[in-house]
Amino acid sequence: MNAQTVPAVGVEAIGMTMRFGGFTALDDVTVKVPAGSFHALLGENGAGKSTLVKCMMGFYTPTSGDMVVNGREAVIASPKDAGALGLGMVYQHFTLVPSLTGEENLVISRENAPAVIDWGKERRDLKSFMERMPFKIPLEQPVSALAAGEKQKLEIVKQLYLGRRFLVLDEPTSVLTPGEAEEMLGLVRGMTRRGELTVLMISHKFHEVTAFADDVSVLRKGKLTGRGRVANLDRRKMAAMMIGDQAIAALDQRAPTPADAVSVLEVNAVKAKDRSGLKSIEIDGLKVKAGEIVGVAGVSGNGQKEFLEVLAGQRAREAGEIRVKNASYEATREQSRKLNVRFIPEEPLRNACAPKMTVAENIAFRTFDLDKDGKPASWISARAIRDYATSLIAQFKVKTASLSSPIQSLSGGNVQRAVLARELSGAVDLLIVSNPCFGLDFAAVAEIRARIMKARNGGAAVLLMSEDLDELLELSDRILVMSDGQLVYETPIAQADLHVIGEHMAGKH
Amino acid sequence: MTDIAAPASAVLSPPRAPLALAWLARRAEGVVIPLGALLAGMALFSVFLLLLGKSPSTFLELMWRGGFGSWFSIQNALLRATPLIFAALCVALPARLGLTVIGGEGAIVLGGVAAAAFGHWLGNAPSVIVLAAMAAAGMVAGGLWIGAVGALRHYRAVNETISSLLMAYIAIALMNHLVEGPLRDPASLNKPSTHPLTEAARVGPIPGMDVHWGLVVALLACVACWLLIEKTRWGFAARVAGGNVRAAQIQGLAVGPLIVGFCALSGALAGLAGMFEVAAVQGSANASLAAGYGYAGILVAFLARQNPLGVVPVAFLLGGIAAAGGLIQRRMGLPDATILVLQGMLFIVVLMSETLYGRFKCFDPDRWKRAP
Repeated sequence: MNAQTVPAVGVEAIGMTMRFGGFTALDDVTVKVPAGSFHALLGENGAGKSTLVKCMMGFYTPTSGDMVVNGREAVIASPKDAGALGLGMVYQHFTLVPSLTGEENLVISRENAPAVIDWGKERRDLKSFMERMPFKIPLEQPVSALAAGEKQKLEIVKQLYLGRRFLVLDEPTSVLTPGEAEEMLGLVRGMTRRGELTVLMISHKFHEVTAFADDVSVLRKGKLTGRGRVANLDRRKMAAMMIGDQAIAALDQRAPTPADAVSVLEVNAVKAKDRSGLKSIEIDGLKVKAGEIVGVAGVSGNGQKEFLEVLAGQRAREAGEIRVKNASYEATREQSRKLNVRFIPEEPLRNACAPKMTVAENIAFRTFDLDKDGKPASWISARAIRDYATSLIAQFKVKTASLSSPIQSLSGGNVQRAVLARELSGAVDLLIVSNPCFGLDFAAVAEIRARIMKARNGGAAVLLMSEDLDELLELSDRILVMSDGQLVYETPIAQADLHVIGEHMAGKH
Repeated sequence: MTDIAAPASAVLSPPRAPLALAWLARRAEGVVIPLGALLAGMALFSVFLLLLGKSPSTFLELMWRGGFGSWFSIQNALLRATPLIFAALCVALPARLGLTVIGGEGAIVLGGVAAAAFGHWLGNAPSVIVLAAMAAAGMVAGGLWIGAVGALRHYRAVNETISSLLMAYIAIALMNHLVEGPLRDPASLNKPSTHPLTEAARVGPIPGMDVHWGLVVALLACVACWLLIEKTRWGFAARVAGGNVRAAQIQGLAVGPLIVGFCALSGALAGLAGMFEVAAVQGSANASLAAGYGYAGILVAFLARQNPLGVVPVAFLLGGIAAAGGLIQRRMGLPDATILVLQGMLFIVVLMSETLYGRFKCFDPDRWKRAP
């Protein structure tokens, strides 16, 4: 367990193929990661990145293919075998026990942890171990008290402590602020430079790949579509390898917001309990004008979900007022209909659809109780629902086997297209959106962002909550930062500075 | 104001091909799996009989004869199917909202007592008025009871399965209290009962049958419930809320009133079952009202996949099994509880079969559409 004496491990996955029944998730993919290098694995959702990594780590037994570790063929039948060879994985989501301290987490993760632990000795060993590590983390605090960046570092330290010298990092920065991400990757980069560690990082963020990785391999639909030195590739080339020759929807040009645009949404002194019931969120003085997109940035779990629930009437508010077009708004169906308010919550299948109902029925959620003249109707017409869905499916390019397929059988992008079809048809004055592109592929992301921009240019007021700063920078007219249940910072897009936003996201002001 | 419309290009893929097969595949799943579960349950029960040293084939033969083999036994099955239908609707309606209400027994019992009380009170009025008042009283009593379960669920987050079950016990205790106390007919000695109903307060048989008019009302209720769920805005809203309550809320649907309303309606139907048991079968309210129809109705609703129309044949089937109970008891020397063992086994197998939906590729309509 000595960082100087244990050198980095080189790993090669050769000719990996993985079939699940008739479906080929991975087709003859070879990836070579020499000792001490920082290798990036790029690809869209469903391209086979996770499958490849799981085959390498022994979670799956590949249909065919070989593993070579430090130049020797190795049999990795289980994650345990991988660990013994010095291969470890850091997951996108934390696997530490929140109520235990960093020290305790490290010691109990050891396979040979003694039945009776001599904490004095362990602390001394850990201290000398940490002195050799570039990461500085307070190990005596419960993990729950650490910031996200520190937790992620502790996950990496845990793998190093366990003697792993080849690490798979699965989208390691998805829950970090830009500052935290940069610091963490920089330290990892330093270790690879010194030959202490080899890294294979799954990512879809080009700027991270360009800034930190030596080499890159790109997967698309289970096949290796490109690889090379990062220094010789630019973003466009990598994107082309990732998505092939699909057409990507272009964003409309941003029409200037009229100077006299009226406030459509106003949130005044709203207060509500958060999910834990212990803290509250307090939003005051938020205004969104017609024809502008107001982006709300923030690390996940800082009250964005609760705020959306308050706006949508799913969470009771203790105080304050929400006004839409100068009328008090309680999110009833009648008000939303009259004031043209639409919601697109995150994870549409979980929050905006009934998964087992059909595509046509799901598209009808907003309008099923109206007749064709827009008057309330008691009897619903299956034919009208089908006809309505048929035209929207065509307009929004929803790919579905049939109108009567359950909506859960659709891909994530098509579920989101179906929800957009439902919510963006007809007149929209206020659009409240949360993480609309999470987990979607390139083409769907571009198209969905184009639709939101189109709604804005058409005069809708848009409140966009997103954990993806790139998305906010691309779409917003103004960016607000939400931290610890409050809006703590505001900047017009022209003056937006990624680092200042990041610091406010981390709550450092 | 925006109207976002992209040019129409990609439409449904693939186009509508052999639809009949696809339609058949989709419908078949809901019939084949419950039937398979019934057969598996019967097989399991046969093993039980063999362990007791009894012949499964004799059992099946007696069940056929006692439940379905003659006009007499069919009428007997229909008579028992009537309360089962109401009880099953009391499970099936809340189920479409995602609620598992298993306390229909409570609503039946209270519906029966309320109907008996009003029947005795108005006993000398014209029959139409008495019966209407009795039906209304039974429905209100049952509706309040299960409606309260729905209100507890939505406004206080009390688990509806537990609360409905516990409230059924309370209802039975309440009935015992009323029947043995304030409402007791002093002339009923061995079995405390309410006062016997007058002729005007009794529901007669359907002409040409021994089965009372309650069966017709039950069938009409099934059709009405089916229409409500499949064809009205309230039914659609209930299905949205049952499919995903968060999606319903974000659409601004009034989930609370929907839950309370559907629960109250289903309790009212169960209360109607109690009213017919009192007015057509027992002639007064007594402990026989808690005959377990409410619990057997759960089995019926699950076998019918919570479909109000599917409830009818399943209730007839289980009514027949129950009707054959006496014959089986006498001929095979088996105790009364044997039928309950059979019901219990069927219920477990049916619950397990719920996990099989979507597992069989041959029921996937899209698969048949893609076929050349």
